[in-house]
Order: sequence, then C-alpha cells, then structure tokens
Amino acid sequence: MIITVQGAPLYVYTGGRAFDAAKPTMLFIHGVLNDHSVWGLQSRYFAHHGWNVLVPDLPGHNRSAGAPPDSVEAAAQSVIALLDTMQIERIVLIGHSFGSLIALEAASRLLDRVDRLALLGTAYPMRVSETLLEASVKAPEEAIRLVTRFSYSGIAAPPSALGPGTWLPGLGRALMRRVLASNPDHNPFHAGFLACDRYQGADHAIAQVHCPILFILGDADQMTPPKGAKALIDQARSARVLRLPVGHQLMSEAPDQVLEGLCLFVK
Amino acid sequence: MESLVGFDTLALHAGASPDSATGARAVPLYLSTSFVFESSDHAAALFNLERAGHVYSRISNPTNAVLEQRIAALEGGIGAIATASGQAALHLAVTTLMGAGGHIVASTALYGGSHNLLDYTLRRFGIETSFVAPHDHAAWREAVRPNTRLFFGETVGNPGLDVLDISAISAIAHDAGVPLLVDSTMTTPWLIKPFELGADLIVHSATKFLSGHGTVVGGLLVDGGSFDWERSGKFGELTEAYPGFHGMVFSEENTVGAFLLRARREGLRDFGACMSPHTAWLILQGIETLPLRMARHVSNSQVIVDFLATHPMVERVGHPSQPDHRSHELAQRLLPRGTSSVFSFDLRGTREQGKAFVENLQIFSHLANVGDCRSLVIHPASTTHFRMDDAALHAAGIGPGSIRLSIGLEDPDDLVQDLKRALKAAQRAGASGVPAGASS
Repeated sequence: MIITVQGAPLYVYTGGRAFDAAKPTMLFIHGVLNDHSVWGLQSRYFAHHGWNVLVPDLPGHNRSAGAPPDSVEAAAQSVIALLDTMQIERIVLIGHSFGSLIALEAASRLLDRVDRLALLGTAYPMRVSETLLEASVKAPEEAIRLVTRFSYSGIAAPPSALGPGTWLPGLGRALMRRVLASNPDHNPFHAGFLACDRYQGADHAIAQVHCPILFILGDADQMTPPKGAKALIDQARSARVLRLPVGHQLMSEAPDQVLEGLCLFVK
Repeated sequence: MESLVGFDTLALHAGASPDSATGARAVPLYLSTSFVFESSDHAAALFNLERAGHVYSRISNPTNAVLEQRIAALEGGIGAIATASGQAALHLAVTTLMGAGGHIVASTALYGGSHNLLDYTLRRFGIETSFVAPHDHAAWREAVRPNTRLFFGETVGNPGLDVLDISAISAIAHDAGVPLLVDSTMTTPWLIKPFELGADLIVHSATKFLSGHGTVVGGLLVDGGSFDWERSGKFGELTEAYPGFHGMVFSEENTVGAFLLRARREGLRDFGACMSPHTAWLILQGIETLPLRMARHVSNSQVIVDFLATHPMVERVGHPSQPDHRSHELAQRLLPRGTSSVFSFDLRGTREQGKAFVENLQIFSHLANVGDCRSLVIHPASTTHFRMDDAALHAAGIGPGSIRLSIGLEDPDDLVQDLKRALKAAQRAGASGVPAGASS
C-alpha cells in the first residue's frame, strides 16, 4: 500500500494481508540500497500468523518517493512518522544492517511503545570504507560489485526468496541496481552508506531501550562481522544472540533459521 | 562472493555443496516426487510462499534446484527454471508474459521448432508473431504494435549464424517497454553473456552444449532480473493481483523476481513441463566440463571451417569467422572466443551429390541434434526446417543445398579426413550420376 508520510508517498508491503488494527504489528526495516523485498519470506509468514506486518521501502528507495534519509536519525523519524500516521501504539521493530541502526534509534525514541527489538547483521560503529563511499558516487556499479562480493558466504544457498533455483548474489545485485535506478534525483546508495558511517548515537540509544533485544549475526559476515556487535550486546539490558553460519544477507542465506529465531523471540 | 569465483569454478560448484546428510560430494540425485512436511503449519507456509522449500517435483526438486542455480550463476542472472525441453522453456517464457491478444517480434533466424511454435502453434492460441531479419534494426522497431509483449532472437541464429546485436535490439525492445528474450543454446554462457549486453531473459535447450553428450532433452529459462515490469506498465500478469494464487501481486512479493515467481507458480504448476531430476543430474555432469568442451568445440570448428573454405567442392562456408559472413564484424566484437561449432556450408553440385556427401561420412553422425560431443551432420531444408517455404528458408540463411555440421570433440585431423572422404564421394557422384556408395 501507498500512504502519505511526512508529506511524501511511502510504499509499505503488508505481506499479502490488509492491516487489521486488532492485531499486533511488526515493522521490518531494510538496509542500504535494498527494499522491502529482502524481508519477503519472514514478513509474509508473520502476516499469515496473527501479525500485521509493515515493511516500508525507505523514503527515496524504489516505490517510496522523496529523498533518501541522510542520517540514521532522519530515517528513524520517518519510521516513527509512519507509525504515528497509522496510529500504531505498540510495535516490534526488526532491522537489518543500516536498518538495524534505524530500528535501534527509533526504539530509543519510542521507548515503551516498542515490545521487542531485533537487530540483524548489525555493528557499531558501522564504518564504511572511503573506497566504498567514493565508489557509491563515482562508480556505483563497482560499489555494487564489491557489496555483492562481501555480502554472501557461499555459492550454494538453500531455497530462498524466489524459492528453489534462486542465485542469491545475482538477486542481490539486481535489486541494488533497481533501487539505484529508481531514484534519478538522489543517490540512496551514498546516502545510506554515509548515514551508517556517521551515526554516533547507538551508545545513547541502546541505553534508552528497555525491551528485550535479539541480535542475529552471521559468523561469515564480512560487511558487519559479529565482533562489531559486541559493544551493543554488552550494553543492552536484555540481549539474546543468535549466531548463524552465513554472511551478511542472513534473511536470504538462512531464511528458515532467521524466521525461527524471530518466532521464538516474539512468542 | 560472486566476483571472487571464476566461470570454471562456478561451472563445478555453483548451487552445490557436500551433502549435509551423507557427505556425498557429487550432487545427489533426488528421485522423489514429494517431500515430507515438518508439520501442518510448515506445509501451509510452503504452499503460501511464506517459506521456501520443496513440495512436489513438478514445481521444484533439490537436484533441479542445483542446476537452476548453476545456470543462473553462469549467466549472471537471479534464478532459473528447469523445463522438460528447450521448447518448453520458450513456451513457459511466452505464456508467463502474455495470453491471447499478445504479440511477439522475433528474428527470422530461428531454430525450426521455435519458428513452428511462434508462427503456427501460438497463433492458434491468439498470440501473433512478426518476423524480422535479425540485422535489420529498423524492422524490429517498425514491427512493434501496442500489444507487443516480447522481442525474441537467437544469440547466433540457427543455422546461418546471424549474430544478434543484443545491445541494439534490447535498446529497441526497452524503448517499446518490452523485454528481450534470447535463445543462447548455440553459444552457452562460455561464449557470450547476453545479460551483460542488455538481454532480459535467456532460454537454453540444455539438450545441446550444456549437457553436451547427446543423452538428455531439457531446457532452462533464466531471468536477469533487469526488466522493470511495473515501469513498463504492460504486464498485468506480474503487477496486478493474480486470483490463481491468492491474489498475489508478484512484483510486490519480489521486486526483481516477479517473472520467475509467476513462471514457477503458474507455468510449471499448470502447464507442467518440468524437468526430470535425472535429466537435471545429467545436465549438471555436462556443465561441469562446459568450459573445457566449449574451448575444444571452438578450436575444432575453426580447423574444419578453414579446411572447407578452401575446398573446391564447397561453394560457401557460413561461419562468422569468414570475412564474407554478414556477421563477421559483429561476431569479432560480441563473441571474441568464437561463435559456436554449429554452422552450415553449401556444397557445389546437385541434391544427389549432397545426399552422397552425407551418406559417406563415417565419423559424423547423420541425425537431428547439435551440440553433442560427437560430430553431427544434417540437411536442414529436408529435416529441421522442412516446414518453411523457400522464401522463409532464404530469410533464415538456408539454401536447398546447405549442409549443417555440429563439430564435436574428436581429433580434428580425423574429422578433416572424414570430410575429405565424403567430399570425394560427392564429387564422384557428380561425375557418374549415381550415388557414390552404390559404385564402391
């Protein structure tokens, strides 16, 4: 569905089900140069198992208009604005990579409105190399190649987003190209990387979060290696950690394990 | 990960890892119609695309899935679907994108079976095709109608080896808001990567070079994930709610994978032209040596082309390596490794001499196939393309005396000797007026 948030049309995937105010709600947040479809399997499952799911394309990404958020704080505010527009009081927040920082920042502002917080492929600080930052502007195809190279742990994935027969590195690369092409006026690639690199609020944010936090980390993650999440885990009031033997794209490389981890967490 | 791994490694490993249950290193052959559900909830989730996994082997199978990942990896696509034959793959592509009232613009230089499907059979179901010369860019553009939904051509047209200028034709297709589907059977991803040049979808008859041993019939349909179905606005099949699958909007479910979702969930489910897992396993065996075989196919072909080009009984060799071939320059640019080992040549003399030539070959096998590890020969005008009239044959670059060769992996000297012997027999048949075999 398309709804107007902060004055601009925002696309929100709802898992094939209409929003029902009587059900609890989960909100999934994607990472840099991705869109809602990276959460396809997990969000569709919850949508058919008693939950509302809201999976936006972040502003300036694919179906959502406007400029891409230039900071984690701005992105978090757009998520909060979405919840306020839809008059949703309580929420489970789930974010991946850049989306995990957005979820954390939003949780620190929403306080008791957040029942659970799940952070996948996260790290803090989430530094982005100068090479990648520069390439995301001057040579985005090369930057996409590098991100693809470092985002997957193997070349023999289980059945995933498109079902059996999916070639995940190709799928990820095609999605990044599509999202980049979707916004000729702004560069969501560079904006996302810059937001990750400059974010300095996680120490403060995690101190504000009182709800249980689940960290799902990939042992073979080269984008956000698990050691990068240690400081956040140590600071969290109530942290659980699920380690999976895959790379950065956990939702597609280990779709069932991620789903099962989330199911247990929100049960 | 992807760019850390080269083509030859992908040909051996993409989609497969040692079997977690048994440690088997080779890809296991899963000859199982169905797969046990963990629970009722698991079953429902699989059916409703909330989880990914195998349900029934018409829709997916673990052995087939390895093949599908492997060809997608080699082509640089997002995924693939294995089908019962190359024809089934073409049919699946067309019927996923259009129904009655749809229109295709296709190259004239096609495999005879593809031509039949488009020009006769699909027309019976309300899908029309306009045929245009592959090199005539203006004709492609002028053939577009409001109901056009697809451009289709072969990377290297069968059997005249007209090279498709994929970059130019895909640009015309995209201007018209439709995808370009290419048949890369003759070239395989070892010779050309159509997605890198602008193609959107690829079909293979895996029967040919991919399996490579003349033992199976199978097809593959690969999606590059590049075509924006929503932006085009012409493909309600992919962008609007589909009552046949719980009102699913495929382009919302997966931004770049809508085509494959519908092709599998509707096309395989309802038309049912799936690949046997045993076939998939055999094609995987073939793909493991694809780089080695293609290199030999190409080098052997060049030896044969060079031999035939200077033989007095040969009027013309239709191979893009020849400077007088219409696609010579384009082939140099798009296919630097070579243009396939299937080509035709025109024999001087009568139809009877052509018959004598074919019948006196000993190593070349006279049969209807190409891309075998063994060398093959056929007379297209009387076999693969016999339903085409003279004008259509001419448009496809086929003469009444054309002989098509598929060069295999034998010692090239032996192939030359075999051709020499048969050409001599053809020469004698011309002199005596009787078939050479009858006088010896």
